[in-house]
Amino acid sequence: MRGSSEGGIRERLIAFFFTANGILTIVILMGIFFFLAYIGIQAFFEIPITEFFGMNWNPGAYTNPSWGILPLLAGTIYVAVLSLAIAIPLGVASAIYIAELASPTLREILKPAVEMIASIPSVVLGLIGLIILAPLVADLFNLPNGLNAFTASILVAIMALPTIISISEDVIGSIPDSYREASLALGATKWQTIRSAILPAASGGIVAASMLGLGRVVGETMVVLMVAGNSRAFPTSIFDPVRPITSTIAIEIKEVVQGDLHFQALFALGLILFLMTFAINLASDIFLARRQIR
Amino acid sequence: MRLIYLKNQVIAGLALIIVIISSGCIGNDSVHPANTLVIKGSDTLVQLVSDMAEVYMNEHPYADISVTGGGSGTGIAALINGEVDIADSSRRIKDSELKKASARGIEIREFIIARDGLCIIVHPSNPVEKLTLEEVGAIYRGEITNWKEVGGDDRDITLYGRQSTSGTYEFMREYILKADYSPDMLNMEGNKAIVDGIKTDKNGIGYIGIGYLVDGVKPLDLAVNDSSEYVSPLEESAVEEGVYPLSRPLYQYTNGLPEVDSIAYSFLKFELSDEGLEIIRNAGYYPPNPEDRMNNDEKFRLIED
Repeated sequence: MRGSSEGGIRERLIAFFFTANGILTIVILMGIFFFLAYIGIQAFFEIPITEFFGMNWNPGAYTNPSWGILPLLAGTIYVAVLSLAIAIPLGVASAIYIAELASPTLREILKPAVEMIASIPSVVLGLIGLIILAPLVADLFNLPNGLNAFTASILVAIMALPTIISISEDVIGSIPDSYREASLALGATKWQTIRSAILPAASGGIVAASMLGLGRVVGETMVVLMVAGNSRAFPTSIFDPVRPITSTIAIEIKEVVQGDLHFQALFALGLILFLMTFAINLASDIFLARRQIR
Repeated sequence: MRLIYLKNQVIAGLALIIVIISSGCIGNDSVHPANTLVIKGSDTLVQLVSDMAEVYMNEHPYADISVTGGGSGTGIAALINGEVDIADSSRRIKDSELKKASARGIEIREFIIARDGLCIIVHPSNPVEKLTLEEVGAIYRGEITNWKEVGGDDRDITLYGRQSTSGTYEFMREYILKADYSPDMLNMEGNKAIVDGIKTDKNGIGYIGIGYLVDGVKPLDLAVNDSSEYVSPLEESAVEEGVYPLSRPLYQYTNGLPEVDSIAYSFLKFELSDEGLEIIRNAGYYPPNPEDRMNNDEKFRLIED
């Protein structure tokens, strides 16, 4: 009796261990979501939805607080779009180079080097931005100071690069050699092979990589807090200072008393941000899944 | 059976973990051991109070004092939330905050530990040497947007200010602007960030506690209006006597009056001792004036009786 049933229990315990971990992850995610939603939604009992989509965010106003999130949303979108515009071409080109063109030795150096970027603390990038990049941008574009969406986007793009390069490179590397051989056999050059055979085959994965990069970019806090300037005005140019949702929460959560309207409003902002990154991640998962079916 | 038992245990364990995690996030209870003192708040004060704590801990090795910044609003919120023993503040506590405190059964007590000559700073190349408070207010409200309107070059003004958690931000708004800041103002992380900004920005104007004044930025002489006298923040007697228009007290708030044998009481006493005053001067700030001292002494008498 002992021998067989003990083995069975062991198997079942191991299975249970993994199931429990999986369930715990889901519980944590749901817990965070409901916690955010529970507090965030209370803000809407007191702030009309229409006011939430106003042009002025000033909860601690001298006279009347206002709760318009559009400047913050614009700040988030400016930084996200700009940094992806920088990171995607750079990232995809690097991935192609690492996967298709680099010699095996170089590839072994480049891959970990790219992944090292991910381990730079964001506060260090922020400092570099503050001390080197911002004055440089100010000089280059003849601005009084370099604390704006553009400077922040360059730094955030650097933070998104490892995700984009690493996943794109995996996808390109996983394309069967038969594609390359067939293309080269037809007389295509290396560049034609990359452009017409490999990139189309990897496109789903590259889109997914960019989406995951976007998730990273939208949630970035420290760098934008340090170099984006954080003014409340609605940004009209990429050289305007912006205040993304993340930095707004990071700045203001420190001064609110738990449970008051401002506290709830910040959770509402957090909820919006969570839904944005959730939608982005979901979209990238769908892209990845589709690619695998094909 | 055993498996079901185990399952229940695991679920109970998970529930416990979640409860512990969430109570850690929401919980207000802070029971600090008797030899520790947690201080939080004003970025203007954080360096000064850290210096004080360091000297104090050298003399009282059993004491353990932690000092963090984050802004006056942060410190006061933390005091109301019961997370700290002392809140540093570069502005007076607001009525709304007092109401929140008393709703939570917290009795706010006020000490004035130093005086600051709040400085309005510009780039050294800026020909403007002095401003009236009315002009400073108009600049920060966004009504004056070019330096030529106050006797400078024809350049747009870049506004450097603090974040809404900052007591200095509130102080300026309350006493100088008497309205909201221009939405175009850059919200900087601290006094140091404003100094760094002004050092490289020829168009910039900023405000900092005098303890943060360094070479590379120029403090302006200030007057209440154009019929009164312009005074420099570097004149000690003018700041102490309140002749300098942006002379302001720097506060520490406690929950109730600390007990005689508490570390909070002993530290407050130390801050206002001759040794403490010397640290205040070394940090670039000014000592509390006689009126401030009377306020403090009154509280000490209440504690000691």
